[in-house]
Amino acid sequence: MQEATASQVSLTARHIDGLIEALREDGYTVVGPTVADSAIVYDEIASTADLPEGWTDMQQPGKYRLSRRDDRALFGYAVGPHSWKKYLFPSSLKLWSTERAEDGALKIEAGPEEVPKYAFIGVRGCEMAAIRVQDRVFAGGRHHDSDYMTRRESAFIVAVNCGQAAETCFCTSMGTGPAVESGYDIALTELLDEAEPRYVAEAETSIGAAYLQRLGAADATAQDAEAAQQVVEKTVASITKELDTDGIKEMLYGSREDNRWDDVASRCLSCTNCTMVCPTCFCHSVTETSDLQMSSFEHTRQWDSCFSMEFTYVAGGVVRDTTRSRYRQWLTHKLGSWIDQFGTSGCVGCGRCIAWCPVGIDITEEAAALRKSHESSPKEVEDAT
Amino acid sequence: MTTEAKTQSKPKLAVWKFASCDGCQLSMLDLEDELLAITGAIEIAYFPEATRSVVEGPYDLSLVEGSITTPHDAERIQQIRADSARLVTIGACATAGGIQSLRNFRDVKEFTSVVYASPQYIDTLRTSTPISDHVKVDFELRGCPINKRQLLEVITAYVANRKPAVPTTSVCIECKRRGTVCVMVANGTPCLGPITQAGCGAICPAYNRGCYGCYGPSEQPNLPSISAAWLELGASRQEVVRAYRTFNAAAPELAEESERIASE
Ligand code: SF4
Ligand code: SF4
Ligand code: SF4
Ligand code: SF4
Repeated sequence: MQEATASQVSLTARHIDGLIEALREDGYTVVGPTVADSAIVYDEIASTADLPEGWTDMQQPGKYRLSRRDDRALFGYAVGPHSWKKYLFPSSLKLWSTERAEDGALKIEAGPEEVPKYAFIGVRGCEMAAIRVQDRVFAGGRHHDSDYMTRRESAFIVAVNCGQAAETCFCTSMGTGPAVESGYDIALTELLDEAEPRYVAEAETSIGAAYLQRLGAADATAQDAEAAQQVVEKTVASITKELDTDGIKEMLYGSREDNRWDDVASRCLSCTNCTMVCPTCFCHSVTETSDLQMSSFEHTRQWDSCFSMEFTYVAGGVVRDTTRSRYRQWLTHKLGSWIDQFGTSGCVGCGRCIAWCPVGIDITEEAAALRKSHESSPKEVEDAT
Repeated sequence: MTTEAKTQSKPKLAVWKFASCDGCQLSMLDLEDELLAITGAIEIAYFPEATRSVVEGPYDLSLVEGSITTPHDAERIQQIRADSARLVTIGACATAGGIQSLRNFRDVKEFTSVVYASPQYIDTLRTSTPISDHVKVDFELRGCPINKRQLLEVITAYVANRKPAVPTTSVCIECKRRGTVCVMVANGTPCLGPITQAGCGAICPAYNRGCYGCYGPSEQPNLPSISAAWLELGASRQEVVRAYRTFNAAAPELAEESERIASE
């Protein structure tokens, strides 16, 4: 778009500080990217001083390194090891507890304490898409996860259109980025053509528009609106990783006995890292613990993984008792049967599972190898169920 | 119920020591806040580290620390097994031979001749072996030392007659749940987390160190793959062998992989 629309305003870092302050005043717990322990993670922030100014990341299969940029960009990197699911779907959550009184009566207490009202700063296109995927999982069916819904409904989202992708990014293949599609309150595009970064901001919701108005910023110029468009185009052009999604579900359903599963199983550690970092993975288990007197009991939900053998334990034994079967489950579900289950791919192309796999297993490479072998010897497409 | 009858019905617990450092038994004494509850639910019948009073067996639950390193101990464990309804090993020594199982890879006679002035008085076995090599073990609690929370869970589960909630997945799952940045990926620091059983709560990576493998191999550990990753990060073959030969050196998977790397 050449012309600045009325809803696009031009911000500086000072305005973003003003936004963070306003959100905090309104009772939001503001979380965003920050540098800690050699990576850009998500944590509570108080101002732009907590953002990774002038930092970027280098990402490859099994490798992540921080380095300095030669500008003062606040959002000059891609996604790191954390995702917003740590706030919407916490890694450990007390669901409920029971106390047995002296007279034997049971007192049941509802679990999660008060849930904070979050404002997320710096949500990327792939991440917004991942939140939409988890919305379907936790709130899309007949049974809703009330804790997820509470967190999700109160969350305020400041998205960022990516100005820089990592080598591991493939949102362009998944149709999720680098521009943020929908679901945010405010979206920013960072312009770095001057020493002081500028931000073209637009609101998708009325609450987002109200915050922008409170900042009292000027409308974005036509040139800045155009420059913002180019930022995204440049990022699109820089993305090299690809995943061919054409008929991928059928391809995977037809590859159940492929030898590639043995090949990847020889490298895979079954360590669960890919599922832990994946922003759409939702698997969890619930454990019940008691005290020695058998008078108080606690039900806790925690992140679990299809790479855990115990996770597939049912009466009689473990269902997926080899790494081959577990990796096959992960990839086939993520890229294939997820479509049957939730009407969307389970992958948004963020590349986290590639970078944070300690042995650098690349989901796009595995899928490509399976496709190659599938195409050289097409097997009958069967129903996976 | 009279107090007398109540005491009678409490399960009897015994804590035994073999070749070990006592650290795992100390984990039990470390349960300061829960000790009263423990003694309320079970009778501590034999625990020389804590009390001199001894109640005769048989015992309902025996916790065994340490590995078997002498002919005398090899006999003693048989009697303990016979006297115990349930036998749970605590710690890396009892479960996988401990650091003292380094002798398994060498000639122990040579060691004793170098270390002791009168080696003829040393009556020791050629190997240090886990309790499960000698008697049937009902549950193995991992760790060097064990985690006191897990120990409490094992005792609680025993009292409630249920399976202990002790995970067998890798340390990585705990590392990620607590939000630690992976030291292997972000710093290139070799880490044994991916092949080590969870339980400690992923302490070392949270302090920027690779996991040392205190809890021994996780379920189905892929050792050749982690060895290759370590070598690629610049660890020497000797360093890889050393990483496998620590507290759990005699765990079969680790022993086999360390031999493989050492012989390459
Ligand atoms: S995958 Fe796309 S949207 Fe996600 S961080 Fe990379 S470039 Fe941005
Ligand atoms: S499968 Fe991998 S690339 Fe896809 S969304 Fe999950 S972590 Fe990101
Ligand atoms: S693919 Fe990588 S991260 Fe995932 S379980 Fe296997 S080794 Fe771990
Ligand atoms: S630091 Fe070690 S334990 Fe943690 S995720 Fe990385 S490899 Fe696993």
